[in-house]
Amino acid sequence: MNDKKQTLLALICLLPAILFLGVFMVYPMIDVFTYSLEEGYNFASQSYFGIGKYNYSYVLHDPYFIRALKNTFFIVLITVPLSTIIALIISLALSSVPKLKELFQTIYFLPYVTNTLAVGLVFMILFRKTAYTDGMINVLINAFGGESIDFIDGPYAAKMFVMCLYTIWVVLPFKILILTSALASVDPIYYKAAQIDATPRWRVFTRITLPMISPMVFYLVITGFIGAFKAYSDEVALFGTDLNAAGMNTIVGYIYDMLYGNSGGYPSYASAAAIILFAIVLTITVINLLVSRKTVFYR
Amino acid sequence: MKIILENLTKKFPNRNKKEKSEVIAVNNFSFEIEDGKLLGLLGPSGCGKSTVLNLISGLEKPTSGRIFFGDDDVTNLPPENREVGLVFQNYALYPHLTVRENIRFPLENLRGNRKLTKDQMEQKVLEAARLVQIESLLDRKPSEMSGGQQQRVAIARALVKKPRVLLLDEPLSNLDARLRLQTREELKRIQLETGITTIFVTHDQEEAMSICDSIVVMKDGSIMQHGAPQDVYDSPENLFVAKFLGSPQINVFEGQIKDGFVYIEKDRVIELKDITSFDKKQGAPDGNVFVAVRPEGFITVSDPGDDPIILRCSFDKMEVMGRDTSIICHNPAAGSAVIRAIIPSEDRPVIMGSEVCFKLKPSKVHVFYTE
Ligand SMILES: Nc1ncnc2c1ncn2[C@@H]1O[C@H](COP(=O)(O)OP(=O)(O)OP(=O)(O)O)[C@@H](O)[C@H]1O
Ligand SMILES: [Mg+2]
Repeated sequence: MNDKKQTLLALICLLPAILFLGVFMVYPMIDVFTYSLEEGYNFASQSYFGIGKYNYSYVLHDPYFIRALKNTFFIVLITVPLSTIIALIISLALSSVPKLKELFQTIYFLPYVTNTLAVGLVFMILFRKTAYTDGMINVLINAFGGESIDFIDGPYAAKMFVMCLYTIWVVLPFKILILTSALASVDPIYYKAAQIDATPRWRVFTRITLPMISPMVFYLVITGFIGAFKAYSDEVALFGTDLNAAGMNTIVGYIYDMLYGNSGGYPSYASAAAIILFAIVLTITVINLLVSRKTVFYR
Repeated sequence: MKIILENLTKKFPNRNKKEKSEVIAVNNFSFEIEDGKLLGLLGPSGCGKSTVLNLISGLEKPTSGRIFFGDDDVTNLPPENREVGLVFQNYALYPHLTVRENIRFPLENLRGNRKLTKDQMEQKVLEAARLVQIESLLDRKPSEMSGGQQQRVAIARALVKKPRVLLLDEPLSNLDARLRLQTREELKRIQLETGITTIFVTHDQEEAMSICDSIVVMKDGSIMQHGAPQDVYDSPENLFVAKFLGSPQINVFEGQIKDGFVYIEKDRVIELKDITSFDKKQGAPDGNVFVAVRPEGFITVSDPGDDPIILRCSFDKMEVMGRDTSIICHNPAAGSAVIRAIIPSEDRPVIMGSEVCFKLKPSKVHVFYTE
């Protein structure tokens, strides 16, 4: 009797969340999945010819999608590890200067509370070539005797470089925040014990610090992967809305373009691309979880 | 190896920055421990015991004073070069490493000509584990062990690199009463087997008395007395030491010395020259004193008759606890609400009326002049 009551109570408490998730997450996902299978869907008449995997085959053969896929993977593979490592180095440096730590922490956190587009604007000033100036970075390059490079409209490598730099810059503050608090939560007694045992600094880091903050590092890697796979607004901030033309589109950008872009109006293709993205993120996350079983230490 | 502390002082800046004053955690500390001995550092909470250990291990730098290990002055040596083993109060085992990895950790740090091969390390780990009897637990994580087992791992980790000095900071405080008793005996055995000079911090006087070769009683950062446990117990140099050692606590009365006798209230309780611990060189000027009597220092007298030397107290109750019997009574001159006298149960008196009379054993009475 009591058990039943408890179950009922639990259900009632969960109801709002279940309803909310159902309406805004589960239903749309099922919807997207069905859209992605409906061939020749017509937006105006809301009708379709048949069911099959043509939408997937179209998307996977679309050169714009392949470009977007490559870009996304490139951004993910470069920025996630690099930003995590840089954040770790900065956090370690921060926690070893107790005096100005709070000031530095605030400074490093500023980009996080700054609007992406505002940060984009600053990057424009740094990197964009205009009729009047080649941008501050080019001025610097020139000063060291190099040729000006067009970072925004120029070669792919230059654009990708700016893109990754920008992405890292934007995600860094949050990671630093998480990692500094993770580092601060390690009981200093372990460092004392290690010191008594004459442990070299590098070994203290790899054998004590890193395992102790590994859950947080893992959290950052997982959310970092997911976030980077969903990259879109950062690209728009740097290269404008016509990302296909700039050759800098991402998967989410491709999905958006398929829905609302100039060449848009194809919800079936967009849905297929979205499902592909979902499958990729799911796979990566599962791999992450499997790897973490062996490497992450939970108390 | 002999350890000598010379006028060691440690001051901490006050945590409350508005106050300029400093906290003196250790005050002009000097003592010497002979090679291979076990020293107990004893005192109430906050008296600076851990700070002394931290100074010896090098985790804290002294404000002034010197520390010697044998003939080496190690005062300015960083902790990693002092070769001490330290067992922390909460063990500080690395929670993500197994017992084996924990014990091996210090060995993996050895460099140069002391560097060990994998096999040698395993050998030493097993040796240390055998010493503390945890061979069967080597593959567990610290969280999967009892407090007593964790403590043994911590000791093994401290011993495995053969430290010159072993420091133990209240290592038994997390254990239950029975395990405490058992582990302290084990500690003593390990210390004897290894012959490593050991300092053992505790605020439990019984613990210190039972296993230490000598004890240092401290209060507010200063040494109150240093000596063999029994000597310190038998002849405390001041009221603090007398009160701190012994359980149940010593009974303290306000009294006077007059004409070579000790008085409590109107009672003449003992002749001064009989008291073994009394420093006869001082002479015995008349004056106000504290008279401290160990619970086992009372002899009940059923019928005092007109004996001129007797202590009279008001009887409250009697607690029979097998071998011993406690007589609980009170006296207006006593510093505490009750006086507890412990006598063998077979000597239990028949108490008539509300008064109980005692003779005092001279070796169990200590008098200290009030300042
Ligand atoms: N880092 C510090 N900064 C300021 N004051 C300190 C510091 N460490 C200790 N103290 C002070 O020094 C005194 C002695 O502290 P210590 O830790 O040595 O006491 P203890 O005898 O070990 O006590 P316990 O039995 O409770 O462990 C205390 O008054 C404490 O507040
Ligand atoms: Mg302490």
